[in-house]
Amino acid sequence: MSAKRTLSTQDLRFLLFTLAVILAIHSPNIPLWVTLTSIGFGIWRYLLDRFKWPMPKTWTLVAINLLIGLSLLITFRHQFGRDASLSLLIVMCSLKLLETKTLRDYILVIVIAYFLVGILFLFNQSITTFLLSIPPLALLTASLINISLKEPKQYQFLLSLSSKMLLQSVPVMLILFVLFPRIPGPLWGVPQDANSGMTGLGDSLQFGNISRLTKNSAIAFRVKFKEAVPDNRHLYWRGPVLWHQYKREWLMPSKQIGMQQEALEVKGLSIAYTITLEPHNRLWLLMLDMPTSLPKIGKLTHDYSAISNDPIRTRVRYDAVSNINYQLGTTLSERERIMSLQITEGENPRTLQLAKSWQTLSPTEKINQALSMFRNEPFIYTLSPPILGDNPLDDFLFNTRKGFCEHYATSFVYLMRLAGVPARIVTGYQGGEFNPNGGYLIVRQSDAHAWTEVWLENQGWVRIDPTAAVSPERIEQGISEALGDYDLLPIFARHDYPLLRKAFLNFDSINNGWNQWVLGYNDEKQFDFLSNLTGKNVTLQDMIIWMISAIVLVMIITSYFLFKKAHLMRNQSQKIYHQYLAKLSKIQLKPYPHEGALDFAIRSAIALPALRDEIMQIANHYNTLQYDTFEKSPDKKMLMLQALQNRVNAFKVEAPT
Amino acid sequence: MQTTIDAIIKAASSVILGKEQQIKLSLTCLLAGGHLLIEDLPGMGKTTLAHTLAQVLGLSFRRAQFTSDLLPADIIGVSVYDQTAASFQFHPGPIFTQVLLADEINRATPKTQSALLEAMEEYQVTIDGHAHPLPKPFFVIATQNPKHHIGTFPLPESQLDRFLMRIQIGYPDEKSERALLQDKGGRLSVNLLKSISDAETLIKLQQQAQSIHVSEALLDYLQALIQYTRTHFSSGLSPRAGLGLRQAAQAWAMCEGRDFVIPEDVQAVLPSIITHRLLGDNVAHQVLTQVSISKQT
Repeated sequence: MSAKRTLSTQDLRFLLFTLAVILAIHSPNIPLWVTLTSIGFGIWRYLLDRFKWPMPKTWTLVAINLLIGLSLLITFRHQFGRDASLSLLIVMCSLKLLETKTLRDYILVIVIAYFLVGILFLFNQSITTFLLSIPPLALLTASLINISLKEPKQYQFLLSLSSKMLLQSVPVMLILFVLFPRIPGPLWGVPQDANSGMTGLGDSLQFGNISRLTKNSAIAFRVKFKEAVPDNRHLYWRGPVLWHQYKREWLMPSKQIGMQQEALEVKGLSIAYTITLEPHNRLWLLMLDMPTSLPKIGKLTHDYSAISNDPIRTRVRYDAVSNINYQLGTTLSERERIMSLQITEGENPRTLQLAKSWQTLSPTEKINQALSMFRNEPFIYTLSPPILGDNPLDDFLFNTRKGFCEHYATSFVYLMRLAGVPARIVTGYQGGEFNPNGGYLIVRQSDAHAWTEVWLENQGWVRIDPTAAVSPERIEQGISEALGDYDLLPIFARHDYPLLRKAFLNFDSINNGWNQWVLGYNDEKQFDFLSNLTGKNVTLQDMIIWMISAIVLVMIITSYFLFKKAHLMRNQSQKIYHQYLAKLSKIQLKPYPHEGALDFAIRSAIALPALRDEIMQIANHYNTLQYDTFEKSPDKKMLMLQALQNRVNAFKVEAPT
Repeated sequence: MQTTIDAIIKAASSVILGKEQQIKLSLTCLLAGGHLLIEDLPGMGKTTLAHTLAQVLGLSFRRAQFTSDLLPADIIGVSVYDQTAASFQFHPGPIFTQVLLADEINRATPKTQSALLEAMEEYQVTIDGHAHPLPKPFFVIATQNPKHHIGTFPLPESQLDRFLMRIQIGYPDEKSERALLQDKGGRLSVNLLKSISDAETLIKLQQQAQSIHVSEALLDYLQALIQYTRTHFSSGLSPRAGLGLRQAAQAWAMCEGRDFVIPEDVQAVLPSIITHRLLGDNVAHQVLTQVSISKQT
C-alpha cells in the first residue's frame, strides 16, 4: 500500500453498520441505557458525516466521558466485573466514533470490535452464540479489507472476500482445535458476577423456591443411559437433603462432620448412565436414587447426595451408576434421630393438634393417614399458590389447600416429625424428557422437585412423595400433564405445540453434540480421541509435534499455491542468478526491482571495474537463459546453465577493507 | 542485417549530430512499422531527421506543410475531369509516398487531420469509391510544435494513439553544436547522403524484427507494465499501444543485435511510447521505477 487512504463516507457507513450488528447481538448482555447511548453516538457520527458538521470539541468528549463513567458507577456500583467492563467497552467504543477521523482511529475501533465479538463467549458458549458471532466477524474482516484497499470497493466484493478468508482459516482453526493441548480446568478466569445468572437448586427450601425454578425452561442436565431409560416414576434425581427446619425455611444440616455414612444395600440390576450437567455455580452433582458408584470429581455425603469438590461453573460430564432397588440406613443413630425430628416449637397449633390425634397409630399408619388426607381432602396441585399467613402450615393444610411439591413435602415432613416419625426432605429433579434424536434424556429446571424420606424400623429411609398422592400424573407422566394452570409453564415444557417441540428436540440434539464434542473437548477427551485415531497412546509431546507439523504443512501447501499463482517460483537460471546476486550484496550492490540484469551489470561494472568482463558475461548468460528461446536446441540450455553456474561459482567479490 | 542497421544509424548520425538515441528510436519505430510523431520547437531538426531517414533508407519522401486552410484533398489527391480522355483522372496527393512528413500537423483542421490519420491506419485512401493503396512501406512522420498553441487544433488522445512513438529532439550538445556551426552535418548534407538500404530491405528488416523472440518472462513484464498504467492512470495503455510496445521492443532488440528481447529493450522504448498516451508529469519514470521486472520479491 503506497498511498494512505482517507476515510470516506462509504467506509464510515460500513463501519457503523458493522458496529450496529455487534451492538444488537450484545444488547441482552448490557443495560438498556448503554445500548441506547451507543446507538445515539452512532447516529451522531452519521449526522456529522452527512451534514459535514464539525467534530465535537475535546472538552465535550471529556464531559460525556465523565457522565458515562458516573452512570456506569451508579448502574453497577462496586461490582466491577464482566458486565460492567463490557458496558464500559461498548459505550467507549461508540464514543470513540466521535473522534474517528483518521485510518488509525478506524482500525482501533475495528480491533475493539473484534474483541467485543470474542466477549460474547464469556456469556454463553452455545452453538447459537457461535453462529451469531460469524456475521460480525465477516463484516469486521471486510472493514479491514476495505481500508487496506486503495479505493473503496463494492460491499459484495468485500464481503465475499472476507468470507473467503474466514473459510480459508477453517483448516488452521480445526488443527488448533483438535491438536492444541488442553489443560485441565478453564483456560482463564471470569469475574465472579459471570456466574450470577446461573440457576439451579438452592441449598435451602422455602415456599416459592421450586415453583420459581419450574418456570425456567433452561436445561439442568442431560442424561444418556447405557441401556433402556427407566420408567418415569423411578427418575428421582437426588440433590441436597434437607434436615433442619427453621420457621418457613428448610436447610441442610449445618454440621455434617462426623456423621456416619448411612448403610446402603442394593438389589437387582444397576443402571449406568452419563450426565452432562449445566453449570449452576453450586456443588450438587445430580444422581439417580440411589448412587452406587461415584464420578471422579465428587464425593458422597452421609445422606447420599453427591457433591463436587468445586462449584460447577463449567459444564461437566460424568459417568455414574445407580440402583433403583435399595435399602438405605437401616439403623438410625441418636444424633440422626434428633436431627430428623427437629421442629421449631410454638407454631402451627392446628397441625400439632392433628398430629397428636394420631399418637396411638403405628408409623406406617401415620404415613397413610397423612397421604390419605392429601388424597381425599380437596388439595390442588398448582404453580401459583396463594400467600400463606403466620402459621403457614396451618394455613396451607386447613385453609388454602393449594400448593406445589414444596408445600406438600414440607407439610408432610412437618406432620411426620410432630407425630414422632423421623423424616427429611430431599430436593432434586423428577422425570425428564426423552429426546429420540440423540437418544438421551433432557432434564430441565422446570423438572425441579421436592420429596420426602421417612425412617421406618427395619426398612430404613423410605421415599414418600406426597405430591404423588395429590397429583399422581406429576410423577407418572411429568409436570406438563399434572398442572391445571398450564400456561404458567415454560413453552418448551408444554405439550400443546407439537411442531415447536419437535423443532426444539432437533435443535437440542445438535446442541448436545456441540456440548459433547466442541465445548466438552477437554484434556481427557482429547487424549481419548487422538489415541483412538492413531491407535497408540498419545503424549503431550506428540500433540505439540503434530500440531506444529500440521500447521507448517498447511502453510507450505498454501504458499505453494500462492507462489504458483503469482509465477513466483524461481526457475533454474533465476536460482543461479540469485546466488550471484547474494555474492554482490556483500558489498551492498543490489539490483532495484525495476532494474534489468544488463543495466545492473553496467552499474556493478562501474563499481567493480576489475570484474567488468565477468559481470557482463554473467548478465548476458542470464539474459539469454531467461529471455531467449531454446526450442530448437534444448541441450544448449543445459550447457548454458552449467556455464552460468560455473561462472557464478568462480565469481568472487572481496568486501572492501 | 546487423551491419545494415549499424550503417543506417551511422549515416544518419553524420547529418543529425549527437542525436544517436533519437535516430535509433526513430529507426526502431519504422522497423516496428509504426508512425512517428516528433515534437519540438522550430529549427531543432525535425524535418532534417525525417528527410535523413527517408534518404538513408532509400525511400521516396514527400513533405506537406499543414496549415489551417489545408483540405483533405490537398493531402490525399483529387479526381479531375480530363476532357481529352472524357473521364475523371485521379491525381494523387502527397500522401502517395513512402515517407510523408506532415509538418506541424496540429495546425490543420480536424477534418484534414482525420483524413490523414485514417490513411495511416488503413494504408489506403478511398476516393470516389475507389480504394487506392498506399506505397509500401508507408510511414508518416509528423511534427508538432509544443508551444504557441494559438490557432492550432491539438490532436486528441485517441488520435495520438495512432502514432507508435513520440520523440523529442532537444538541443544539441556542446560538441555537436560546434560541429554544426562549422557546417559539418545539417540539412545541407542530406542530399549528399547515399542510400544504404531500399524499400525491400526495410520490409525484410521489419519481418525480421517481428521474429525476435519474446519469452514468457518478458510477456509477464510487459503485462505488468500495461496493467500498471491501467490501474494508476485515468486511462491506461490501449491494447494497440501494448502490442506496439512489444513490437518496438523487438525492433530495439534487433538494433542491439540480439535475437531475443530483454527488459532493458522494453525500458528503452517505453518512454517514447507512453508519454503521449498517458496524462501526467514524469509518467515514464513512474512506470519504469514502480514496476518490477520479475514478480519475485
